[in-house]
Amino acid sequence: MKRAGIKAWAWVHKWSSLVSTAFLLMLCVTGLPLIFHDEIDRLSEPQPRFGMPGVGSSGTAPGLLPLDAMLARALANRPGEVPLYMAFDNDQPSMTITTGPRPDAPASQMTIQSFDRSTGELIGAVSEERVSGVGAVMHFVLELHTDMFLGLPGMLFLGVMGLCFVAALVSGVVLYAPFMRKLDFGTLRTSRSARTKWLDYHNLLGITALAWMLVVGVTGVINAFAVPIEAAWKANELAAMTREYAGRAPLDPTRYGSLDTAMAAARTALPGNNPQFIAFPGGTFSSNHHYAVFFQGATPLTERLLTPALVDAETGTFTAARPMPWYYQALSLSRPLHFGDYGGLPLKLLWAALTLFTIHVLGTGLYLWLAKRRAPAPVQAPAPQVPARVAEPAE
Amino acid sequence: MSRARSLTTIFAWPLALFLLGLAGLVIALTGDGWRDAAAWAALAAPLVAVAAAMRLRRR
Repeated sequence: MKRAGIKAWAWVHKWSSLVSTAFLLMLCVTGLPLIFHDEIDRLSEPQPRFGMPGVGSSGTAPGLLPLDAMLARALANRPGEVPLYMAFDNDQPSMTITTGPRPDAPASQMTIQSFDRSTGELIGAVSEERVSGVGAVMHFVLELHTDMFLGLPGMLFLGVMGLCFVAALVSGVVLYAPFMRKLDFGTLRTSRSARTKWLDYHNLLGITALAWMLVVGVTGVINAFAVPIEAAWKANELAAMTREYAGRAPLDPTRYGSLDTAMAAARTALPGNNPQFIAFPGGTFSSNHHYAVFFQGATPLTERLLTPALVDAETGTFTAARPMPWYYQALSLSRPLHFGDYGGLPLKLLWAALTLFTIHVLGTGLYLWLAKRRAPAPVQAPAPQVPARVAEPAE
Repeated sequence: MSRARSLTTIFAWPLALFLLGLAGLVIALTGDGWRDAAAWAALAAPLVAVAAAMRLRRR
C-alpha cells in the first residue's frame, strides 16, 4: 500500500478508537455481568414450582387457563390500570402480563407480573420503583449499558460509538498487513521493548477475535437503533395493515373484547405457529384498535423472526398478518447475536472470554497511543512497506 | 532477515479464523445440540490461537 494510504488508515484507526475507547470499555465492563443475567437472576430469586412443568404457556395444551382469566387476575392486582403486553414462554407455563396507567404509558410506569398459566398463581411482580438487591444492581448495569440513563439520545450516542468501534476494527485489519509483512502469524516479540510486545498482543488478539468483535459491534449498533426501527415499522407496515382504521378515535380499554377469541382468530390465520407476545392497542407495537399477536416461526432458525397477526380488539375479527420487514428481522436476529444467550452456558463463557479479549485490545491500543506520543519522532506513524521495522526491527 | 510476506500469507490464518468465527456465531442460531457444540468449538478458536502463539511464537 502507498504511504499516503497507510497514513489515512492509521488516522481513521487512531481517531475512531480515541473517540470511542472510554465508552467501549464501559460497554465491555457492564456487558460482562449482563451476559450472565439469567444465571444471576436464577441464583438471586427463588425458582417457581409450576403446576404443569415443561408445558409452554405459548401453546394450546389442555389445562392451560384462558387468557381472559389470566388478564383478569393481573388487572385485579393493579386496579385502574390497563393491559399493555402479554408475553409467553415456550418451555414453561410461565407468562408475563405488563400493565400501566395508560395504553401509551412509558416503560418507567409499567408493572410486569409473572404468572403460572397452569395454576393461575402470581409468581412475582416487577415495577421500576420496586426492584431491590441484586435485581436493582443488574437493572442499573443494564441501563448504563443501554443508554447511560439518558434515554433515546443515550442509546443513539452509544450506537455511534459502536460505529466508531466498527471503523476501528476495519482500519485495524487494513493496518495489520503492513505490520505483519516481516512477521509470521502469531509472533509475539516479548523480549523486545514493552511497546513492541504489546503491539504484537494488540494485533494478535484483535485479528483472532475479529469475527466476534465485528458481529457483537454491528449487532450492538442495530440494537442501539431499536427505537427508530420500531417506529419505522409502525409508521410504514403497521399503518398500511390497518389503513381502514386510520382516523378512528383510539379504542377505549373498557371496550376491549375477549383475548381468547382474538387468539383463536389469529391462530386460524397463522396455523402451526405459537405466539411470543400480544401487544395491546395504543402501544409501540400495535395500532389504536388492535391486539397485535406476534407469532414466532416454527423452527429454531425462524423462532426469532416474528409475524404479527392483527385482530380487531373490540370484535375479535382478524384484520391482517404480514411478516416483519427485513430491517425489523435484522433487529430480531441482532439480539441473540449481541447477548450470546442462544447456545448454553459454554457460549456465555466464551462470550465473556472474548469480552476480556476486547478489553485487552482496547487497553493495549490506548497504551500504544500513549507510548507513541512519548516516543521520539521516528517511531511515529508507520512508514510504507516496513512499518514494523521502523517501530522495532523484525528479524 | 526474513523476506516480506505476501498478503495471502499474512491473511491466511486471520481469514480462516474469521470464517470459522462467523460460522460458529450463526450455527448456534439454527438449533440446539451438536450445533451448539460446533459453535463452542469455533468460538474457542481465538483462545486456542492466542494460547498457541504464547507457547510457540514467543521470542
